[in-house]
Amino acid sequence: MRIKGRVWVYPDNVDTDVIIPARYLNTSDPKELAKHCMEDIDENFAEQVKEGDIIVAGYNFGSGSSREHAPIAIKASGVACVIAKSFSRIFYRNAFNIGLPILESDVSDELEKGDEIEVDTQKGEIVVLKNGKIFKSSVIPEFMQQLIESGGLFGYAKKLLNV
Amino acid sequence: MAGMTISQKILAKKSNRDFLKAGEIVLADVDLAFANDITAPIAIDFVKRLGVDVFDKNKVALIPDHFTPNKDINSANQCKIMRDFVREKDLPLYWETGEVGIEHALLPEQGYIKPGMLVVGADSHTCTHGALGAFATGMGSTDVGFAFATGKSWFRVPESIKFIYKGKRNKWVYGKDLILYTIGKIGVAGALYKSMEFTGDAIKELSMEDRLTMCNMAVEAGAKNGIIEPDDITIEYLKERDIDRSEYEILKSDDDAEYSDIIEIDVSNIEPQVAFPHLPSNTKGISEIKEDIKIDQAFIGSCTNGRISDLREAAKVLKGNKVAKYVRLIIIPATVEVYKQALKEGLFDIFLEAGAVISTPTCGPCLGGYMGILADGEVCISTSNRNFVGRMGSKKAYVYLSSPAVAAASAVAGKIIHPDEVIK
Repeated sequence: MRIKGRVWVYPDNVDTDVIIPARYLNTSDPKELAKHCMEDIDENFAEQVKEGDIIVAGYNFGSGSSREHAPIAIKASGVACVIAKSFSRIFYRNAFNIGLPILESDVSDELEKGDEIEVDTQKGEIVVLKNGKIFKSSVIPEFMQQLIESGGLFGYAKKLLNV
Repeated sequence: MAGMTISQKILAKKSNRDFLKAGEIVLADVDLAFANDITAPIAIDFVKRLGVDVFDKNKVALIPDHFTPNKDINSANQCKIMRDFVREKDLPLYWETGEVGIEHALLPEQGYIKPGMLVVGADSHTCTHGALGAFATGMGSTDVGFAFATGKSWFRVPESIKFIYKGKRNKWVYGKDLILYTIGKIGVAGALYKSMEFTGDAIKELSMEDRLTMCNMAVEAGAKNGIIEPDDITIEYLKERDIDRSEYEILKSDDDAEYSDIIEIDVSNIEPQVAFPHLPSNTKGISEIKEDIKIDQAFIGSCTNGRISDLREAAKVLKGNKVAKYVRLIIIPATVEVYKQALKEGLFDIFLEAGAVISTPTCGPCLGGYMGILADGEVCISTSNRNFVGRMGSKKAYVYLSSPAVAAASAVAGKIIHPDEVIK
């Protein structure tokens, strides 16, 4: 998959409480959650984010709660991809499970808000368009590739249960 | 061939393998899967869309503890989704308001966690249950929905870090202080994707409740699970819950197991710890705090420190004292059993005389849900596990983390203070 978009840049340790504060967790409706996405770290995000934008960040993105509402809110905001130096493990699984593409890379060091990048998820390559610099990203482990091919966890469950 | 850690052994057993090395990915059989009122609706939807029953009625638990008693109409509707599902599938492991407690306090207390089990929960603090020698890890709703339906979950076998705690604990130093100190040392991503194995003589002397507190916060260092090898204290805890030694298997790490790191900590050097805003790793020993940190609220409760031993320690400090003017002290027993026991022991008289408010069990204030939300600029000392921006209400508020003894003393003084300053 190739994704071209403008970036929102955030620091290390962006936690699930700032991605979607608990005060909005009395619903699982993606549209409602998207209205408050990133609210406690960036008041402008929900209003200004555009379809196809990309979030880039430092280490330990998505740390804290197991709330799947966090990647759901990001995906429902129209964000095409999240790239961080590392992810908390629960967020990593959750994003994968709901089909929000995520990649590990150091590209955030090179970027400012609004810069444009082009991501090739198959090749694991990110191009910074303002200067042509190329960053490598992690590739998805084979087992997880197989899960994607089975139609995600839902498809895999159907296969396992023969339903 | 090198040996295996206790975590590797449990995952190997549950995936029918003789040997597993770190980094391998396996599909394993889970012994218990659970979710709460925030996370369950999405997991239930997963099962419903598949059109199947849960894999085993006795291995699926639904625990409405976060926004209960329901704080508004939306949260009531979330709980109704759980209740309707439980009725439809006739699931025994469900607790209604009046019986329910905070999931990670309730499950071990009621005897649902045993050594060697593989436990997944749709809550990050599921790692608490490693205190009983189980492999327990938090996941999202879709992962737990998959476990509800299939009885399985996939795991990347984690590398382990071995922590060896030596020496004698000082007065007013608890499991909470050991884990805050540890997270302060390694950072909030210090054990990312890994297992934290807590060992050493100082752990052997720790009560089960202190061990639950330590494993609870493993996720705050990024860990997949926290785990402690079962010993006599574990066996005794299980016996008190009518669980016989024949009902579980005790697994231990091999002497030649591989660790990604081994960290020794002398607990005799540790004093009561306080984590400053806005990360659990911003810890300081209490004597290092030179400035006055005035507080508006103190909260004693949560899956970290809402157990009976926590309330007893708070009562020790609060007995005969009054909460400072303009300070709110909120005390929330983690389960109904804890509530009853505290009432029986007269702890509530001490709390009420001091000017505290006592609530029925709920996760409420810990995650900024309800029952103790902070206003702009306010400061709270909390016995919970996280002090992120906006965690307990306003994003302009400040949350400090500590043991119940320090929180209680601070409530009396109106500022963060050592318990010795209150009990002279």
